[in-house]
Amino acid sequence: MTLQLDDITLTYPDGTQRVTALERVSLTAQPGTLTAVTGPSGSGKSSLLAVAATLIAPDSGRVLLDGRDLSGLSPKETAAVRRERIGIVFQSSNLLASLTALDQLLVIAHLNGTPLSVAHPRATELLAAVGMGDCVGRRPHQLSGGQRQRVTIARGLMNDPRLLLVDEPTSALDSQRGEAIVQLLRRLTVERDLTTLMVTHDERHLQAADRVTHVVDGTLRRLADR
Amino acid sequence: MFVAIRDLRFAKGRFALMGAVVALITLLVVLLSGLTVGLGRGNTSAVTNLTADHLVFEAPPAGQKLDFTTSSVGPSVRASWSHVPGVRRAEPVVVSMTRASGGGRTTAVAVFAVPDGSSLAPGGVNGAGEAGAPGGVAADRVVLSAGAAAALDVTAGDRIDLDGQSVTVGEVSGTDEFSHAPVVWAATANAPASGLEPGHATFLALTTGDAERPAAGAEGADGADGSAGVGSDAGANLGADLAAADQRLGTVTLTPAESVSAIGSFSSENGSLQLMRALLFAISALVIGAFFTVWTVQRSGEIAILKAVGASTRYLLGDALGQALVLLLVGTALGSAVAAAVGSVITATVGSAVPFVLDLPTLLVPVVVMTVLGLAGAAFSLRTVTTVDPLTALGSSR
Ligand SMILES: Nc1ncnc2c1ncn2[C@@H]1O[C@H](COP(=O)(O)OP(=O)(O)OP(=O)(O)O)[C@@H](O)[C@H]1O
Ligand SMILES: [Mg+2]
Repeated sequence: MTLQLDDITLTYPDGTQRVTALERVSLTAQPGTLTAVTGPSGSGKSSLLAVAATLIAPDSGRVLLDGRDLSGLSPKETAAVRRERIGIVFQSSNLLASLTALDQLLVIAHLNGTPLSVAHPRATELLAAVGMGDCVGRRPHQLSGGQRQRVTIARGLMNDPRLLLVDEPTSALDSQRGEAIVQLLRRLTVERDLTTLMVTHDERHLQAADRVTHVVDGTLRRLADR
Repeated sequence: MFVAIRDLRFAKGRFALMGAVVALITLLVVLLSGLTVGLGRGNTSAVTNLTADHLVFEAPPAGQKLDFTTSSVGPSVRASWSHVPGVRRAEPVVVSMTRASGGGRTTAVAVFAVPDGSSLAPGGVNGAGEAGAPGGVAADRVVLSAGAAAALDVTAGDRIDLDGQSVTVGEVSGTDEFSHAPVVWAATANAPASGLEPGHATFLALTTGDAERPAAGAEGADGADGSAGVGSDAGANLGADLAAADQRLGTVTLTPAESVSAIGSFSSENGSLQLMRALLFAISALVIGAFFTVWTVQRSGEIAILKAVGASTRYLLGDALGQALVLLLVGTALGSAVAAAVGSVITATVGSAVPFVLDLPTLLVPVVVMTVLGLAGAAFSLRTVTTVDPLTALGSSR
């Protein structure tokens, strides 16, 4: 699925004024490619992902998925788009406290009405793929930071998304695990023909990306195409 | 309910505590309801069981409440009432509280004095008396309710002293009580001194029906009023006829069920019990509302995550209400089960000493009201569910 951000400007309320998080940003990401987004803290990387994820409507500009403009959609419709088409991996591992690792994935299937007979093997397989096959029955408080992050990644893939948005997937991982995760994302992107946008601070992960964009003060600078 | 069920299991302690609160309030409400009904019967059953359609009282002076103890219906008013269209019988009933003694004991009783052979009194050919026995009330012959017979330890054929008069117990029938005293049915001639003028009655018991409608009476009745409505729609006309007669004769006509509020001890007692019940209901709604509000605010971060991964608001609302419903159903079921057990122990051990009635309505009404009010309370927390911004899930603040 092609993601197209077209001349996006996003501001947040800041007291009486507004702070500009993104300024006239345009970006296109193709299926089967991994686009890395880097930049200093506070430059607008997460905001960019939020706009792409339909979690926030930009002040101006359009978000297009396969040419379909999402700007005019109701909250109910954007929720359906997220549920069916988009996988989100949050910057901080946002898991539900009462759910086991397996249930964190199954709830996604439940939202989509996928029968358990289909969802269960898929969830087990995804957890194994992120190296969490042994911890399926553990709740978030029984997992380490890195393990939680891996569950979050598996959850982001549970609805078989066409667009995968990943915010700092490796921030809580050691470099070896981090590298494995990035390689996993790269592999999944190619195998499943995903359109992947990955925010990262870590320079070492950039070589896994097809393209690297650099965000500075809310504006994009494309660094490299590979 | 995917997350809701797992939350219930995960936060067992919190939900168990809340469920216990719901169960305790339900227990209290059911016990209170059983007591209200039991006390109510002890106060009113003689009136509500009357085989009359309407009771006619003297209209109280302006600003005063209708009361059994102050109503006084004179003979001329009674005569006029017996000629009101649609009224078949207007029987005077004199109610008085007095002492009765017999079998070596003395007890307070409520005497309902009715004309000889009246079918208002239980027993006799019209009532539930033993077959073949000469039933009903007659001069110097009274019918005792079971409570009165037990209190005096007498049976049919014994003699008792009723306010200084010696009368024979013709029969023991019914369980009527009035103002927490067992009822003695007596003939008008045996009515104890009740402060009423001679010939006056506390109220008239009307038997209505258009089978044999008497012609318009001579006295007081203006001809137009008397002949109105004969042969046409009985129900509507009866109401109009009664209202017109009330207006004309200075009376108030109520159904037996309506008239219980004129029993002083009942309205004050019932009023405070109902107030307590209403307060308990309000408290439970507030407590549940507060619990779910805090609970929902506490997990607003998780709600944001669920919204971010595409859960619709409807899904989340269903989850939240479903969770509240499970809690309420389990809590109220537990509470009413314990109440039923306590109730049956009370009735089995102390019996009639504690006026406690445990029937299906007393059990189910609190359960239903608690559940509905609890859901209403929980609904307060739903605002949080609808307003949580999924964007907050993305923030690194968590
Ligand atoms: N909800 C918000 N309300 C107000 N301002 C916000 C909000 N979210 C982000 N901002 C501001 O928008 C700018 C961009 O924030 P954003 O989170 O996109 O940065 P980032 O590049 O992801 O940073 P980091 O690398 O630290 O995660 C920052 O100046 C931030 O303070
Ligand atoms: Mg960020």
